[in-house]
Amino acid sequence: MSSTPHSEAAAPARRFSLRALLGLKSDGGPVAGEGGSTAVISTISTLALIALWWIASHMRWVPPIFLPTPEAVIQRFVETLFEPYGETTLLGHTMASLFRVFSAFLLACVTAIPVGIAMGISRVARGIFDPPIEFYRPLPPLAYLPLIVIWFGIGELSKVILIYLAIFAPLALSARAGVRSVTAEQLNAARSMGASRSQTVFHVILHAALPEILTGMRIGMGFGWTTLVAAEMVAATEGLGQMVLNASNFLVTDVVIMGILVIGIIALAIDLGMRWIERRMVPWKGRV
Amino acid sequence: MTTATQPAARTVSAPSGAPGGLRIRDLSVTFQVGKDQTVRALDHVNLDIAEDDFVVALGASGCGKTTLLSCLAGFLKPTAGEILLHGHGVAGPGRDRGVVFQKHALFPWLNVIDNASFGLKMAGVDKRRRYEVAREKLRLVGLDQFADAPIWRLSGGMLQRVGLARVLANDPDIMLMDEPLGALDAFTRESMQELILQVWNATGKMAFFITHEVEEALFMATRLIVMSPRPGRIVHEYETEFSRRYVAGEPARAIKSSPDFIRLREEILNVIHATQ
Ligand SMILES: Nc1ncnc2c1ncn2[C@@H]1O[C@H](COP(=O)(O)OP(=O)(O)O)[C@@H](O)[C@H]1O
Ligand SMILES: [Mg+2]
Repeated sequence: MSSTPHSEAAAPARRFSLRALLGLKSDGGPVAGEGGSTAVISTISTLALIALWWIASHMRWVPPIFLPTPEAVIQRFVETLFEPYGETTLLGHTMASLFRVFSAFLLACVTAIPVGIAMGISRVARGIFDPPIEFYRPLPPLAYLPLIVIWFGIGELSKVILIYLAIFAPLALSARAGVRSVTAEQLNAARSMGASRSQTVFHVILHAALPEILTGMRIGMGFGWTTLVAAEMVAATEGLGQMVLNASNFLVTDVVIMGILVIGIIALAIDLGMRWIERRMVPWKGRV
Repeated sequence: MTTATQPAARTVSAPSGAPGGLRIRDLSVTFQVGKDQTVRALDHVNLDIAEDDFVVALGASGCGKTTLLSCLAGFLKPTAGEILLHGHGVAGPGRDRGVVFQKHALFPWLNVIDNASFGLKMAGVDKRRRYEVAREKLRLVGLDQFADAPIWRLSGGMLQRVGLARVLANDPDIMLMDEPLGALDAFTRESMQELILQVWNATGKMAFFITHEVEEALFMATRLIVMSPRPGRIVHEYETEFSRRYVAGEPARAIKSSPDFIRLREEILNVIHATQ
């Protein structure tokens, strides 16, 4: 017999690998301690950074105008929850930013995913969309921001469009790559079970592409959030990016740091949320 | 699980020349590899599969077994020759020919029963009816307990049984199997061989089965074709009766260790070594 022994309980073999002891990610498989040891190290390094900040600001290694103390930043955070900074409170700024990013995101989902799928399936669609996407994708958003302002003015629309463009390319490209993750055997199986071409697209290709699409949505969301500050440089009166820019003009460094932390924490929360959705929607990812 | 108790239930094959069964006539496939280089994957292959046949194609890798199956399934258009199923030419894939793949090719986003009833769904059969059929086929392969399980929880042998069930749910005329047991361990493999024969016997479908294992080929086949590479050809054909003895009730191990089985096994091994 030439078959390889197929075992359903092969995992524990690597439990005491050096990589795991060093807290490095082991390459695949549910090996013990995948998150455990890095979590400890990460917590320590984060606490160390905060401690360093605390010491540096309290010891006045850096003047408070450049580096306010953690307490000052926390105090500023609590204050701006209730009192407006600029036009609105912290919550108002946050909602304005989230609204822009999520509208752009929704717009990108309903356009980029069909475009990406079409590119994956059809040579014609690939021919049409490849040049524009490949051209603008590496451009920094700030490079085409002026043109968007000329075309769409300085209102909400141009901010949403800027963020939208940042999300569109990665999302369309992952949908396109997702189409390729369907195997030839799966397509053949569907056809020999009587699936028509359109049934194959809707019942096989779309599902097979879903893991990549969800990853693209997560990455796109990250890009969109990254573009936020650039978008809010355009005559905004509200928004986290605007709040930070405004504060930096007046050297209100505690608001700047507080704003950056809030932007970062929201980005992290969105990322974790998207990962959670991925696990819920495609529990089979990477397993079959 | 059904057990083989009624060997007489299978109808006797139509006399050769009748339009029943599957007929392969002068099938040739040439692949273009590179600019002016070609591979003759199949060269004038002729084969008749009768209504009650279990045909096994045996040969080292590269001798055109998968190419032949792809033509039968309709995935590949032959360079020359024709394939007739019940007298009708085969053009493209279709529900009348079900395929079990080596790498299962199930849909991981669907649970077991939705995989098994996929073909019926494509045909527009309503959910209650298609689950009814799928459940029956899952029972046939011993998986009715796992109808709602996600397929990524299943072992290799179970995956292949789902693959078999989804083919059966479509009620094809012939089951095409391309090394379906190639990735399984020895024990699972033997029980899967028996299960496939039981299913074949219970459903009365034609079967075309690929393997590179001599013992497996000999045990499963009613007709065994030995293929050789470059160009891909059928070099030997055997009529065997071990699978019929199995479905008539003789234990698998008794068959595989019987002197006539061993003698034929060695003979085929010699033939294969001689053609290499
Ligand atoms: N799509 C293809 N393009 C070019 N050559 C192929 C292709 N498919 C198979 N071949 C060649 O045809 C021959 C038979 O292949 P195959 O039918 O897969 O053999 P087997 O299944 O018996 O291992 C091999 O030499 C293989 O390299
Ligand atoms: Mg093969």
